[in-house]
Amino acid sequence: MSERSRPTSTAKIKKPPAGGVTRLPEPFADWFQRRKWSPRPHQLALLQAAEARRSTLLIAPTGAGKTLAGFLPSLIALSSGKRERKGAGLRTLYISPLKALAADVARNLDTPIAEMGLKIRTETRSGDTTTARKARQRTHPPHILLTTPEQVALLISHPDAAYLFADLDTIILDELHALAASKRGDLLALGIARLRALAPDVMTIGLSATVARPTELRAYLVPQTSPDQLLALSDIVTVSGGAKPEIKILEAEADVPWSGHTARYAMGEVYDAIRASRLALIFVNTRMQAEYVFQELWRGNDDNLPIGLHHGSLDAAQRKKVEAAMAAGELRAVVATSTLDLGIDWGDIDLVIHIGAPKGASRLLQRIGRANHRLDEPSRAVLVPGNRFEVLECRAALQAAEAGAQDAMLSRTGALDVLAQHVLGMACAAPFHPDALYAEVRMAMPYSDLTRAHFDRVVDFVSTGGYALRAYERFAKLRRNADGTLRVSNGKFAQQYRLNVGTIVDTPMLKVRLTSGKRGGKISALQGGRVLGEIDEYFVEQLPPRATFVFAGEVLRFEGLRETEVYVSRATASDPMIPSYGGGRFPMSTHLAERVRRMLADPSSWSALPEPVSHWLELQRERSILPGPDDVLIETFPRQGRHYVVVYPFEGRLAHQTLGMLLTRRLDRAKMAPLGFVANDYALSIWCRGDVSAAIADNRIDLAKLFEQDMLGDDLDAWLAESSLMKRTFRLAAVVAGLIERRHPGKVKSGRQVTMSTDLIYDVLRRHDPNHILLEAAWADAATGLLDIARLGEFLERIQGRIRHQPLSRVSPLSVPVLLEIGREQVYGEGQDMVLRDAAELLIREATGEEPSCDVQPRPKARTRR
Amino acid sequence: MTSLRPDHFDLDDARDQPLSLCGKAFRAHMSGALYWPAERALIVADLHLEKGSHFAARGQMLPPYDTRETLRKLASVIDFYNAETVIALGDSLHDVAAAERIDGADIETLRMLQADCDWLWVTGNHDPVVARIFGGHVVPGLTVEGIKLRHDPRAGAITHEISGHMHPAARLVMNGTALRRPCFVGNGLRLVMPAFGAFTGGLNILDAAFEPLFGNDGMAVWMLGQDGVYPVATRLLREDS
Repeated sequence: MSERSRPTSTAKIKKPPAGGVTRLPEPFADWFQRRKWSPRPHQLALLQAAEARRSTLLIAPTGAGKTLAGFLPSLIALSSGKRERKGAGLRTLYISPLKALAADVARNLDTPIAEMGLKIRTETRSGDTTTARKARQRTHPPHILLTTPEQVALLISHPDAAYLFADLDTIILDELHALAASKRGDLLALGIARLRALAPDVMTIGLSATVARPTELRAYLVPQTSPDQLLALSDIVTVSGGAKPEIKILEAEADVPWSGHTARYAMGEVYDAIRASRLALIFVNTRMQAEYVFQELWRGNDDNLPIGLHHGSLDAAQRKKVEAAMAAGELRAVVATSTLDLGIDWGDIDLVIHIGAPKGASRLLQRIGRANHRLDEPSRAVLVPGNRFEVLECRAALQAAEAGAQDAMLSRTGALDVLAQHVLGMACAAPFHPDALYAEVRMAMPYSDLTRAHFDRVVDFVSTGGYALRAYERFAKLRRNADGTLRVSNGKFAQQYRLNVGTIVDTPMLKVRLTSGKRGGKISALQGGRVLGEIDEYFVEQLPPRATFVFAGEVLRFEGLRETEVYVSRATASDPMIPSYGGGRFPMSTHLAERVRRMLADPSSWSALPEPVSHWLELQRERSILPGPDDVLIETFPRQGRHYVVVYPFEGRLAHQTLGMLLTRRLDRAKMAPLGFVANDYALSIWCRGDVSAAIADNRIDLAKLFEQDMLGDDLDAWLAESSLMKRTFRLAAVVAGLIERRHPGKVKSGRQVTMSTDLIYDVLRRHDPNHILLEAAWADAATGLLDIARLGEFLERIQGRIRHQPLSRVSPLSVPVLLEIGREQVYGEGQDMVLRDAAELLIREATGEEPSCDVQPRPKARTRR
Repeated sequence: MTSLRPDHFDLDDARDQPLSLCGKAFRAHMSGALYWPAERALIVADLHLEKGSHFAARGQMLPPYDTRETLRKLASVIDFYNAETVIALGDSLHDVAAAERIDGADIETLRMLQADCDWLWVTGNHDPVVARIFGGHVVPGLTVEGIKLRHDPRAGAITHEISGHMHPAARLVMNGTALRRPCFVGNGLRLVMPAFGAFTGGLNILDAAFEPLFGNDGMAVWMLGQDGVYPVATRLLREDS
């Protein structure tokens, strides 16, 4: 989108018509009346657009009857007599990011269909649908099919897709804001482009929460027919916001701590808030926090309030139980992660408590919207900052919410690994001509800028791996027919493709199984019980035998490992470990970061802050300096024989980690002997042997040079060669693109096996084929993903000429939070060989008698495998 | 148990480490090769040349560069020791059809390496026949100075043996970091070498498959790192999860 001139468009922006310009036909008008409803203006507006066959984006806050609005045109069309069938008779496709949401919407559709006696069949389709039903759905589909992006990819990869979708007339995309700017959104966009080729008259209806830039979603909904000249946009219907949410920042008796995210200091007040409400939803940012908060709440639960727990690692059955209890009104509070962010109505929530900073204005509004699903009543929310910086961030989020401001989504360039997956899928459906597929793919918004050269390289990658060394022509997966079309060279590739569809690559997880194991019993003798959920393999690796940890809201003892299962027993312990999970921590949004920087720079705004926080900032102003809103502050000071450099970019954890890696390299070259670094959302700190203050004073280090944008060149490249984050990114791209199979017919590959082989492939590719398309794809992912290079680049540009350095004789008040993270957070900057070296040194010390060794080193007993 | 304790090693330059077997002195190299100074012989196991193209033939287009990467690594370690003889301990080719797939440039690289030293292919289970195109001498196994060099380790309390085939790897958990790497594993009397090929995976030495070789008498382990090879206490090692 970036290089295109200002878009022109013919689409109209509709205001919902006032009064009864359009009326509902029977039996709908009657049904609305019986329910004492009157059709909402946006529902009518959508009907009107549908009558004109215009694709439309509906933006509405939760509680506005969005879903019904989306389905009304289809229901009315389906009920108003027969249409001649060209194919299997599937008329409406509903696509949601969550299969649970699809199932929920299907249930909600049943009511009007049954009460009006409509002859409309609806069905859902997901990974859980039985094989027989799935097969039947391809030949005898319902009128309305509710499903997910992955299932759409599967359906269009079958040769019978043309028959299945010949009658398709409406595609409804729910929660589009959550889906569009992601790899799944790319996959879906490509799928829709194909559906349009199969059913040229199809119309799309997008349903979305309020977003900062609706234009991106409007463009997503319609084909980009002339992508070089014109940005095509859908119509838009906006429902303005209902009642303003009432948001407060929790004021606790105890002072807000310097660091940490657990908000333990405020648990008493949180508990009181739960007691004072009907049903409270307590959002946290990570699964680890969820477990912690849940434990803490129950510790002080004198009234025995029913409080539940809900997060992505819990077993599906466990989650369903909590959801059902919520819906039945049996719970007073649920501690949840982003698993409850989206759409589904689980009950009459009247208060949202957000623990920790919300990290983004849009995320906060989405979560607050979970309270009170009625448009005309305000949602109530309480923010509970975990530390002092989070107080500032919560304050910024609150201001943004009051101003109705949203985070801007990133304009997205479609991922090449997803395109590779799609190309193979299309070849499985039928032979394709590259010219035609290229034109089709570019109609999808994320790929409208795709060059022909890139497209051809992707096709080549699918066929032969796309290597500079043309070694695999004779094994090519795609073969050219006489008419120039490409076909799959072997039918078995279609089967392989279907086992590997999707863009979500799971991190290695292990099942947690409860056992009634006896003390000291052999693992093989343990009785397997209920599965509690899944846990990150990396956490289990570090568990000493018989350690206690918290999971699924219980204290468990680690009994042992068998195959891919962790055996645990119930235990009691005063200080159990809490698993940390790799994912799930979002960096603070650019928009909130900017608000926080402004707040810091403006002492007159501090009066709104709790006293300890404003006092803290006053102290900082006295002892060091406060940066201006566009400046970056760098402090250097000695502490305990080391020299610290603390940088305050406010650009989020991921960008700070990358910056920390690169600065460490540069400080090493400047002979400062850096020893390590730590980063949080607001700042990063590097500690060195060398006196950095002195080196800056006598010009051995030039800060402007140290932060020059060229650090994103060679330094970054050198680091990427060994970065485990880059290898992880590459692994994801390799799996999505199909280079590595997740599953092979008849076999299941564990995450561990995939990890090993992609690391080897990454090293070999970098050395022998550095321009390979998969490295390019991984690089693009890293830039916006785990390494956040894009944001770091913007930062380096922003701060040119705006570096404020303050040498100090001791720790500054502002630096305390990040310094406290040392030891708590993983410290970067140590090569893996350090671990091997430590292990070897330990062996030497034992061998030389400096350290008592285990007197014998018997071969640890092997685990028998079956 | 003293034989299990590496007597002297160097952590400043860890590119190779001394390793003794039945009283004879060897050097274990970080690449996974073993050098025998007295014989000026370099021993490597399980090159698995053309593993990438083997997968490609079945539709999974792994990079076709594993052979040249393996040969590049081999050339650099031959140079490091100035070896006169190279002994490849079997499974040098990933499969019997490897000769049909190998790139001409890679054959040329191999020939140039062979021009300067004696080259022995010990045959393994993947390469009962080594095609003529690969040059060198083909032998089912050999004994040098009383040490048997073969592909498959024999089960039981065998001594005087250097073998490959098992692709040993070890998983170290220490200081909150877990690391899985190929390794040399031995007990002073016999040694199993890590796989040398660029795309070869590894089998954890705590797997039951190693029990017939080392029993419960203990093992010494040298793990391959990025900058060196490191002896590691076995009590720090863990099974795969």
